[in-house]
Amino acid sequence: MIEFTLWDILRNLLLAARWTILLSLVSFIGGGIVGLLVMFMRISANKAVSTLARGYIELFQGTPLLMQLFLAFFGLALLGLAIPAWAAAGVALVLWTASFLAEIWRGCVEAIAKGQWEASASLGMSRIEQLRHVILPQATRIAIPPTVGFSVQVVKGTALTSIIGFVELTKAGTAVTNATFQPFLVYGLVALIYFALCWPLSKSSQILERKFNVAHNHH
Amino acid sequence: MGYQLNFAWLPQYWPILVEGVGITAYLTAVGAVLGCLLGVFCAWTRALGPLWARPFVAGYVELIRNTPFMIQLFFIFYGLPSLGVQMDALQAATLAMVVNLGAYSCEIIRAGIQATPRGQFEAGASLAMTPVQTFIHVVLIPALQKIWPALSSQIVIVMLGSAVVSQIAAEDLSYAANFIQSRNFRAFETYIVSTLIYLMLSIGLRQILSGVGMALFPRRKALR
Repeated sequence: MIEFTLWDILRNLLLAARWTILLSLVSFIGGGIVGLLVMFMRISANKAVSTLARGYIELFQGTPLLMQLFLAFFGLALLGLAIPAWAAAGVALVLWTASFLAEIWRGCVEAIAKGQWEASASLGMSRIEQLRHVILPQATRIAIPPTVGFSVQVVKGTALTSIIGFVELTKAGTAVTNATFQPFLVYGLVALIYFALCWPLSKSSQILERKFNVAHNHH
Repeated sequence: MGYQLNFAWLPQYWPILVEGVGITAYLTAVGAVLGCLLGVFCAWTRALGPLWARPFVAGYVELIRNTPFMIQLFFIFYGLPSLGVQMDALQAATLAMVVNLGAYSCEIIRAGIQATPRGQFEAGASLAMTPVQTFIHVVLIPALQKIWPALSSQIVIVMLGSAVVSQIAAEDLSYAANFIQSRNFRAFETYIVSTLIYLMLSIGLRQILSGVGMALFPRRKALR
């Protein structure tokens, strides 16, 4: 039997954590792009379009991420695409992230006073111009803290992709446990690595929130 | 191409799905009740409790909120036995849900408690209420009333997160789905059905929680 030193265990986990970070980034950026689209649909004046976006959000927020991963994994395969685990994981996480970001950002857009819409309309701006020049610059400001806060959920969400066979931090933890028979130590280290990834995000979300609140109170 | 969706297996396997729903409902119910009690206790400690205990609760909350539920579950189920704490899959799943919701609900409830004006405590004391009575009637119940929607959403999130307990072979709805798809070789259809059941569960749970809110806080209606 091969002996594993603590450094061997930690090194393997840290190498796998790169994939957790990469998948988190892809999901967050992709989810942001799709989420922006869904958010625009959600606040659209067209009833049918906004209902469609609401249905999307309800569906992805009302079902477990694990089931979405399974459906992406087996569903895309049915379409005849020989899809690797990382791609199914990416698709599911992007769609899931989008549903939450769309709803967070909608809240931020709706928090902007109605008078702002009316004032910009009275200047003869089109709806797109109103969003572009008046609403979104203000909404972005209040959107930053909750968006950073949600990124923690994305990082934690990537842990589930180990179940469909994507080798990231959690999967590596299981593999190392099976080789070393030290679940207490290995899962403890895995938890600490996740903590090291997530805690700075949580903390900065809190700090940003306090900062923007102070700025807000001065106005 | 030309894949035909096939749901002919559904009547035969339906009882297994129903059993899975039962376990998911059990986990959610026990997790929600005990998790909220733990959350109240932790929120009390962090906001009003003894000073020496506050950092411990803060550490617990931060640790749980910044690690994935699945790792917490694996740590409890695979890691704790090496300390001599042995439990079966369902017990480990229940414990993980309580510990997880305890941390999240602590933060939510604490926000409600800290919104209580100082004068309320003094008013409670001037009515000769004991500190415990003041806490329950003056601080806690209005606080819960304020944060009930946020707490409800968190309970729904925990219910959806419970799908992961199938990974330690706790026999919930997702375990039933995994079992069925390994028998009928209709993975996509099986997961569609189980996903729709989860969707109905989360819609139903939201209804139940809003009903519980109405029953617990009758003043809520008058306040609106």
